[in-house]
Amino acid sequence: MVTEDHSIYVAGVAEAPLGKVPDHTELSMVALAAREALAEAGMTLREVDGVFVNYMGEEGSIQVGEYLGIQPRYADSSDLGGGSFEAFVHHAMLAVAAGHCEVALIAYASRQRSRRNRAMTFAQDDSLMGQFEAPYGLPLAIGQYALIASRHMYEHGTTPEQLAHVAVTAREWAKRNPKAWSRDALTVEDVLASPPISEPFHKLDCCLRTDGGGALVVTSAARAKDAPKRPIRVLGAGESHTQWHISQMRDLTVTCARESGRDAFARAGITPADVDVFEPYDNFTSSVILQLEDLGFCAKGEGGAFVEDGNLLPGGSLPSMTMGGGLSYCHPGALGILLLVEAVRQLRGEAGERQVPDAEIAVAHGIGGISNSAAATVVLARD
Amino acid sequence: MTDEPPFGDTTTAPFWEGAERRELLIQHCEACGAHQFYPRPFCLACDAPDPSWTTAAGRGTVYARTTVHIPVDPALEPPYVVGLIELEEGPRLVAALHGDPAIGEPVRLGWREREGAPPLPVFSREEAAD
Repeated sequence: MVTEDHSIYVAGVAEAPLGKVPDHTELSMVALAAREALAEAGMTLREVDGVFVNYMGEEGSIQVGEYLGIQPRYADSSDLGGGSFEAFVHHAMLAVAAGHCEVALIAYASRQRSRRNRAMTFAQDDSLMGQFEAPYGLPLAIGQYALIASRHMYEHGTTPEQLAHVAVTAREWAKRNPKAWSRDALTVEDVLASPPISEPFHKLDCCLRTDGGGALVVTSAARAKDAPKRPIRVLGAGESHTQWHISQMRDLTVTCARESGRDAFARAGITPADVDVFEPYDNFTSSVILQLEDLGFCAKGEGGAFVEDGNLLPGGSLPSMTMGGGLSYCHPGALGILLLVEAVRQLRGEAGERQVPDAEIAVAHGIGGISNSAAATVVLARD
Repeated sequence: MTDEPPFGDTTTAPFWEGAERRELLIQHCEACGAHQFYPRPFCLACDAPDPSWTTAAGRGTVYARTTVHIPVDPALEPPYVVGLIELEEGPRLVAALHGDPAIGEPVRLGWREREGAPPLPVFSREEAAD
């Protein structure tokens, strides 16, 4: 008798149109990405019975389900910010493993660049944010992350040059990706000479603001086995969240990547040393440094030096941001889905000039909220 | 009319009434002694209900800070400094910083007037405080 394989796979991935997308709606972008990802899995929309989306409007999974003609058995519009998609892989693997759905579609698209609809700050309304934090004028998310970076620099001696090295590393990878938004040469001096935004961040410490999106198909071993493209196994996942207001963050230098990473690595049965490719959530340069530390790729306080030493570069010990990251490739408001797409492509050996040789295990780490509020970690592996 | 509702909500109104008197009110739990900010109808440390209010000494240190160089709010002319202040009593709060104090420096409470709303806390270096 053959034992049933309970492994869960990503059977298809796709990017939505990226960069500046004036001629689509978010829903048509999702449809294109979903159909392409399903084709990689040898499936069509007809087979999808689980829908996982965030930022697709009110009751997002309902809107997307209607547009795509899907009546799901399992629906999830949980909002963990830009890292929702790593959390969705976590949720989808459980839902598929429990038999509550068989073919889970995770999808996202945004036209934040074309629409110019990204708010600069929170409204000064009667919410707690409106009463106690919005009136001081922290630029939304930039200011909160700048406070985090300032504390990391104070406690650990992290330098502006080390932050700049993160942006330069992302650019080195973007040069190898024809789809990347920014591919020109970039130096540490260029980053430091770019206009100050919210100290310690310069313009080039901050991610791009592009349109874009993507889709991912998560399914059972049985359903994945006939996929035309190589399915990639989900080894483990974890998630957590801590605070919304920066005043409530217990220690600005520590994120809940510690918990999401601990759980994901334990469930995958791996350690950070086993990871061949790392796709961090580089919304700001300092975020990569905190994620490296909190996921255990280096000790607390050593993240800046770890980047400066070239570990994340092509040929380095931990190739990271391999498509160019949110800093140089694409950042459509929520980056998490594109981290998963790239991790899968690296493990399939499809990454062209930026391919990490013999990549077997990849980690995609999403963060969300406005101040390292949430974290979700996914460990993927080539069989 | 004089019957305007208080600024904030039931839980936060005492803070803003304090601000009108230029007093920084934070909650104090009689059961476990913890201080907390922002206000809640229970103690986050020990779960006891109905924390009382106490006036903070108005002293603290700069825990984190950023100088903002881009326009965010028409009422704020960049560059300006926003800090996360750790109060002597323990809780942290976001506030405006005057006089460019560094992280770790002691600061003292002042107030900044606002049009149509209670004043906001602003912190300055100990010796420079008004």
